Amino acid sequence: MSRFNDTLLLANVSRRGILKGMAAGSALLLAARWDLSWANEQAQFGAGAMPGGWVDDPNVFIHINTDGIVTFINNRAEMGQGIRTSLAMVAADELGADWEQVRAQQANADQEKYGNQNTDGSRSMRHWYDPIRRAAAAARMMLEQAAANQWGVPVHEVQAEVHKVVHPASGRELGFGELANAASEREVPNREALVLKPDSALRFIGKESGLINGDVKSAHPKAIDGEDIVTGKAVFGADVDLEGTLYAVIARPPVYGAKVKSVDDSDALNVTGVNRVLRIEGTDQPGAFNPLGGVAVVASNTWAAMEGRRALKIEWDLEAAGDNANYTTDAYRKALEEAAQSPGKVIRQSGDVDKALEEAATRVSATYYMPHMAQAPMEPPVAVVRITEGKAEAWAPIQNPRATREGIAAALGIDQENVTVHQTLLGGGFGRKSKPDFVTEAARVAQHFEGQPIKLQWSREDDIQHAYFHAVSVDHLDAGLDSGGNATSWRHRTLSPSITSLFAPDPEHKAEFELGMGFNTMPFNIPSIRLENPPAPAHVRIGWFRSVYNLPHAWAIQSFAHEMAVAAGKDHRDYVLELLGPDRQVHNLTVGDGWNYGEDPDLHPIDIARMRRVIERATDEAGWGRETSSGRGLGLAFHHSFVSYTAVVFDAEVSDEGEVTIHRADIAFDCGPQANPERIRSQMEGSVVMGIGVALQSEVTFKDGVAQQSNFDSYLIPRMPNAPKVLRVHLIDNPNDAMGGVGEPGFPPVAPALCNAIYAATGKRIRRLPVGNQLS
Amino acid sequence: MINLTINGQQHELDIPDNMPLLWAIRDVVGMKGTKFGCGIAQCGACTVHLNGVATRSCVTPVSAATGEITTIEGMADDPVGKKVQQAWLDLGVAQCGYCQGGQIMNATALLKRTPEPETQAIVDEMAGNLCRCGTYNRILAAIERVSTEEASS
Repeated sequence: MSRFNDTLLLANVSRRGILKGMAAGSALLLAARWDLSWANEQAQFGAGAMPGGWVDDPNVFIHINTDGIVTFINNRAEMGQGIRTSLAMVAADELGADWEQVRAQQANADQEKYGNQNTDGSRSMRHWYDPIRRAAAAARMMLEQAAANQWGVPVHEVQAEVHKVVHPASGRELGFGELANAASEREVPNREALVLKPDSALRFIGKESGLINGDVKSAHPKAIDGEDIVTGKAVFGADVDLEGTLYAVIARPPVYGAKVKSVDDSDALNVTGVNRVLRIEGTDQPGAFNPLGGVAVVASNTWAAMEGRRALKIEWDLEAAGDNANYTTDAYRKALEEAAQSPGKVIRQSGDVDKALEEAATRVSATYYMPHMAQAPMEPPVAVVRITEGKAEAWAPIQNPRATREGIAAALGIDQENVTVHQTLLGGGFGRKSKPDFVTEAARVAQHFEGQPIKLQWSREDDIQHAYFHAVSVDHLDAGLDSGGNATSWRHRTLSPSITSLFAPDPEHKAEFELGMGFNTMPFNIPSIRLENPPAPAHVRIGWFRSVYNLPHAWAIQSFAHEMAVAAGKDHRDYVLELLGPDRQVHNLTVGDGWNYGEDPDLHPIDIARMRRVIERATDEAGWGRETSSGRGLGLAFHHSFVSYTAVVFDAEVSDEGEVTIHRADIAFDCGPQANPERIRSQMEGSVVMGIGVALQSEVTFKDGVAQQSNFDSYLIPRMPNAPKVLRVHLIDNPNDAMGGVGEPGFPPVAPALCNAIYAATGKRIRRLPVGNQLS
Repeated sequence: MINLTINGQQHELDIPDNMPLLWAIRDVVGMKGTKFGCGIAQCGACTVHLNGVATRSCVTPVSAATGEITTIEGMADDPVGKKVQQAWLDLGVAQCGYCQGGQIMNATALLKRTPEPETQAIVDEMAGNLCRCGTYNRILAAIERVSTEEASS
């Protein structure tokens, strides 16, 4: 997979020296205005608070070969967000590299060396933008120093241009490749001595390019993996091709916690190509990232392994699953709806909500339901593991390399030092590949095949039936309005099983990070507020799905705000702008949120002005208030998550048969400074399309603990006809705030915006997702 | 023995008649551009051309794969395929990229048959190819870009 020489040419790891003649104190003043000083990162927030923290040593991230090829070492999972391109662009811009001569190499799992590698929480750019710029600036200064030394001139007389260092006074110049060896002898400058490029000198960072709302005005610097993707050469997990590979699939217990009682493998072993059948031990609940257990079939090719699995006769011990074997989502939904009628654990409170509700001129009440969903990345989980003499080597599409390494080490009872994890491209992640259970499974199989690579492939049925499911949710809301329609009270009860049930005895309540995803951070300015969280036990593996609990919280809150506007007889946009109240910054701790996506609330408070601006932009661009034909309407929703701000407007039409056509979607987005606007746009577009599926199609139901959907014929996700006919992304130019997330925050407001448009079109209120056939 | 002609190359394989073409291409021949996504012709990630027709290789037994098979690896040698690949790059279509080989195969088959398709015809034709990243608007724009180039050339 490696197609370049990874010789370390910038090999000096020392930070002893301070470059002379540099006014240390003023260096960072030259930086782009959104750069945090590295001191901020040392606080218990942001990158500094992550396991492994951050690293900004140029020797770790930037290699320059004597032929001039610059290799950027990427420490984050590439799963479609374009981080290999975007982070490499940040480095290339600060370094002054010619983009045609930049390559990317994926880091192996090694948090001690590369800093935090866990790619989730929409963190890659906001945590790594500063360290990578610093690393690149240090490398550039080492090149400049090397050139100055060679010419015998003071370093301030030379400057880096594109892929070369020049001495304007004498007209001399040396290419980066020519300087690589000498630069590698230089000491890495101290952080205080780093001089980042001013905005005016940047070529890529923050620059719009590529496809912008239907037009290409300027080409985007070519994507690092673009050529490989369109020619079929890109290496995803299943594409790792090692000599002597055997192929495995596993039959897993149909119910979470069930175990194998007995297995008859005689027919399976008769399938041509089947080599061996093995029992894979499961682990007790809570199951964390451990395999579910079951029976593995190992064969000479994937198809033979699948045919062998089909021929297994397995008797399952369902009693081992306990209560999970009775889990039926229809009954569970009713139980949660019932529980939502009673008070729960109080999360946030101001004023006297009960009194205000009693005294209200109008009371609005609604209960919303969001089902389980599977992440269903197009590449199902897959991993290759080879174990040789007590050492394991894995190749896998994983979001969390560290957890993968730990999982393999624990399963095999060996030290992490003896586990090497190579991260391939991910054919989509969406949270599924944060859990490395499938790599540990491959290790458990590979244990029985010394020296032989095992490629463990999940089928689509495996993926949908044994996902770490997005939590099912019931949200019940009550609001009181005065005679003028103004909101006087807001009571919200949220119920869903917690992801923490994976790791500890089920708390049955949402954890702080789960509540902080749009529940207690609800931005409305209402006199009396009470937020409650009644219990909800987990009966399946619950896990992250893109934007996580923001999905149900945004769906319920944004649907309900629209219901309030309708009850008040007011325009939806006008009404929510009133609900938000005056422009102000709400400190997260004042609403009981001590998490804030791990970011400093002083830098990333809940900013009502930013919320307002995206609402105004999306509605203005969509032509809010315009007349629509019968059966067609506009719908709005907005949400703050991953310290970014999003608003979405849909123009949707519902036919007499209940078919939804989306004429247009406008999404306005404010993530503060934009590193690579081109990929931010693509993330917004993808969020809109995926969110349409959440609204209209996607649902996993359970009966007696067994998932009732199994492939894309029953678990529905958007297809091209479901996409908006026109899709417009509006990025808010806001370089002054701290950088926010991109991969997830576009997603949560999409489903409620579409449901609000459906209401505008038909008068039919959707309170249960997905819409499915509710409109026919 | 099964004989397959893939991108002009002959392969003689000792595999069962009923093995799906997908797995013969991936695991036996060892070409990895054709992807597994669902195994039941619901997602299109495995799309190849069989005698020029877009075909879901995951449900096509090798015994039925007689004639010319073309995979994504062969598209750069196809004049239309090459234009489609370039349009994909120009518009930054791909996100994760896993489905895009199949999308390009399906789009190329369409454009070879109908060089200037109506928008609705593209949408209908591409409805069988899933993209979980949600790149449909760019896929459509890329196909129309090739079609417009055809119209103006």
